[in-house]
Amino acid sequence: MDYNQYVIGVIVSNVSGVLSRVSGMFTRRGFNIDCLTVGETESAGFSRITVAFHGDNDIRDKILKQLEKLHDVKEVEVLDPHDTVIRELLLIKIRNSPATRQDIMTAVEIFRSKIVDYSPTALICELTGETSKIDAFIELMKPYGIMEMCRTGIVAIERGDNCLKTMKQL
Amino acid sequence: MRITGAKIVVETLIEQGCETVFGFPGGQVIDLFDELYLSRDRIEHILTAHEQGAAHAADGFARATGKVGVCIATSGPGATNLVTGIATAYLDSVPLVAITGNVPCSLIGRDSFQEVDILGVTMPVTKHNFIVKDIRELADTLRSAFKIAKSGRPGPVLVDIPKDVQTAEWDFEPRPDPVRPYPLSFASENKLRRAAELINSAQKPFIYFGGGIISGKASKELLALADKTDAPLGCSLMGLSAVPCDCPRFLGMNGIHGHYASFAAQSEADLVIALGVRFSDRAAFGDGHIPRIIHIDIDNAELDKNVAADLAIEGDIKDALYRLLPIIAERKLPEWSARIEELRAEERRRYDLADRKHGHIGGKLSPHDIIGTVSGIAPEDCIIVTDVGQHQMWTAQMYPLRKPRTFLTSGGLGTMGYGMGAAIGASAATGRRTVLFTGDGSFGMDLNELATAVAQGTPLTVVVFNNGVLGMVRQLQARFYDKHYSATTLGRQTDFVKVAEAFGAGSGRAASADELKKLAEEAFAYDGTFVIDCAVDCDEAVSSPLWNDFD
Repeated sequence: MDYNQYVIGVIVSNVSGVLSRVSGMFTRRGFNIDCLTVGETESAGFSRITVAFHGDNDIRDKILKQLEKLHDVKEVEVLDPHDTVIRELLLIKIRNSPATRQDIMTAVEIFRSKIVDYSPTALICELTGETSKIDAFIELMKPYGIMEMCRTGIVAIERGDNCLKTMKQL
Repeated sequence: MRITGAKIVVETLIEQGCETVFGFPGGQVIDLFDELYLSRDRIEHILTAHEQGAAHAADGFARATGKVGVCIATSGPGATNLVTGIATAYLDSVPLVAITGNVPCSLIGRDSFQEVDILGVTMPVTKHNFIVKDIRELADTLRSAFKIAKSGRPGPVLVDIPKDVQTAEWDFEPRPDPVRPYPLSFASENKLRRAAELINSAQKPFIYFGGGIISGKASKELLALADKTDAPLGCSLMGLSAVPCDCPRFLGMNGIHGHYASFAAQSEADLVIALGVRFSDRAAFGDGHIPRIIHIDIDNAELDKNVAADLAIEGDIKDALYRLLPIIAERKLPEWSARIEELRAEERRRYDLADRKHGHIGGKLSPHDIIGTVSGIAPEDCIIVTDVGQHQMWTAQMYPLRKPRTFLTSGGLGTMGYGMGAAIGASAATGRRTVLFTGDGSFGMDLNELATAVAQGTPLTVVVFNNGVLGMVRQLQARFYDKHYSATTLGRQTDFVKVAEAFGAGSGRAASADELKKLAEEAFAYDGTFVIDCAVDCDEAVSSPLWNDFD
C-alpha cells in the first residue's frame, strides 16, 4: 500500500465548535493528523482549515467523505502536491554566545531566515518555507542550543486560478 | 408577533408538524414546559419515567411513521440521559430532534448546577447539534434541525437552549409549511449503466438490502429488481419488514445470526447487489469468498467504508432502482434458482433438527412457540418492537413481518432497554396496539416505563422471554469461554407478573403454548398494557449460519 502525505483544504462555516467537529472526526474514526491549521478567509463567515495527514488513497477518500458529511463543512479538496504552494512558519530561540554567533548568522542568511529578537544570551529566528526546509534549519541549529521553538503547521494554496470557493456558498 | 423563546420553540414545533413530544421536565426547561402546558390542546406532551425512555419513545415514533420524533429534557443529567437514545437513533439513521435546556448563557462554563456540555457530549452521536445563544436565531435553528434530521440519510439533531434564551422575547412569524429536506442526490447515469452491465452478466446475483429501502420507500422497486434479475433477496437486521416475509424470493436476514439460506446464498453469489445497507460488521461473508459488489446508498461516506465495492453509487435508492429497472435484462437463472432451493431445503433440515434438539427444553416454552403463538394472534400490520439480546434475534429470525415500519429494533447500537420507550412511541404514533418482545435482562433496564404506558393507557403487549440469564452473552460464554458464566446468571427473584400488577398493568404467566395462547388473546383484548411472563430455558441458543449446532 502506498503511504503518502496528503494536504487538504477545508472550507468551513466560521461558527463555534467547528474545529472540534473537524478534529473530532479524525479522532473518532482513527485517522491521524500530521498538522492542522485554521484561519480566516477572504469571506467573512468562512474559515479555512488545512490538514496534513499520512495515508493511502483509501484512507484519504474516507477522510474526504466523512468531512463532507459534516454540516459545517462547505468544501473539501485534496491539494495537488506538485502544484501547490505550501508554507510553514517557524519561530526558534537559540542560545547566543560569541563563539557560535557568526555560524548562526551565516545559516540564517543562507536559509533566508530573519533574526527578530536579539539579546546577549538568546536570539529568535523567524523562518518560513516548506516543511523540509524548516526541518533542515532546526537540525542545523541543534548544536547551538535550541532553547524553545514553535512552528505553525502548514498552510497551503494551489497555484493558478484553481480556488476553494467560499463565495458560492453565500 | 413578539413572544418568548419558550413559546417560539412550541410554535416552531407545531409549525413543523409535530403533534407529540416525549420528555421530562426540569429547572432549565420549566419555561418550555409552561408553554407546552398553555398549548396542550395543540401539541401533546408524553411524560416518561426517565429521559432515556423519552429519547427511545421519540425514536419509536419516528421509526413507526417516518416523521421526525421529538424529545425534550432539562440540562445536565436530563441531557446526558438522552445520550443512549440519541446514539441509538444515530446508528440506525432515525430522524430525531432532541431539545435540551441549559443554564443561562452567563453561567455556561462555570460548572453550574446541572450544567453539562451536551454539545460536546453528543457531537459524535448526532448528525449535527446546535446551541442557541441568541434568541433571534432560535426559530431558524429549530427549522434547520428538522431539515438536517430528515434530509438524505436521516439522523438525530440536538438543539441546546439556555434558559435565558427561553425567557427572552423576539419576533416570530410561523411559516405555512414544514421545512423540506435538502434535495436528494441522484445516481449517475453512467454508473447505473455499468451496474446494469454487471447485473446482466451475473450468473448468481444476490440482492442484499438494508434499512435504506424502508426510509427510501423503495420496497416496490426492490421486488421488481429481484423479479427481473431472478435474484434471491437477503437483508440486514434493519432491512427486515421492507419486503413481505412470504415473498418467495426472500431468504431472510443475513449475518452472524441470520438465516442459513440467506447467508449461504450470499456466500456463493458471483454478484452482490447491496442496496441501502452499510455492511455492518454483523453482516458476514463466507470464508474467503469475495463476490463482486455493487453498492448503492444515499450516504456517500458508507461507500467503500467497510467493504470495497466494485461499483459504488451514491444516490437516492428509489430513484436509482427506478432508473436501473428499464436498462437491465429480464432473465431466468434456473441453475441458480435450483441451488437456492437446495439451500432452503438445507435450512429447513437444520431448523427441524434444532427444533427437535432444543425445542421445549425442560418442558418450558421454546422461542418458536412464543413467536408463533403471538404472531398467530397479532394483526398483520401490528408493530413489533424488540429489546436487545436473544429474543431480538429470535424475533428477527422467526416473526412473519409483512409491512415496512412494522419492526422496530436497535440494530447498530444494540441498546438493551430500547424496547419499552420505543413501543410507547410507536403506540402513540399509530394509536394501535404494539407488541414488545423483550428478555428478563433487557426488561430490567426499561420496565420503569411501564409507569408511562399505564399512565398513557398505551395499548401494548409485552412478552418477556424469561430465562433467568443474559442469554446472548451466556451462549457466547458457552461456546468460546468454557462455560464460564461470568455475570450472566441473574439469580433474581423478580416476579414480572407482580411487577406489572404493581405498575397497574395487566399480567399473566405462561409456561406452555396453550397458556400463552390464552394470555395473548386476553392481552390483545385488554384495554391498556399487558405483560406476559414466558418461561424459557436458559440453554435455548440463537442459531447462526457460521456454526452448525444441529447435526
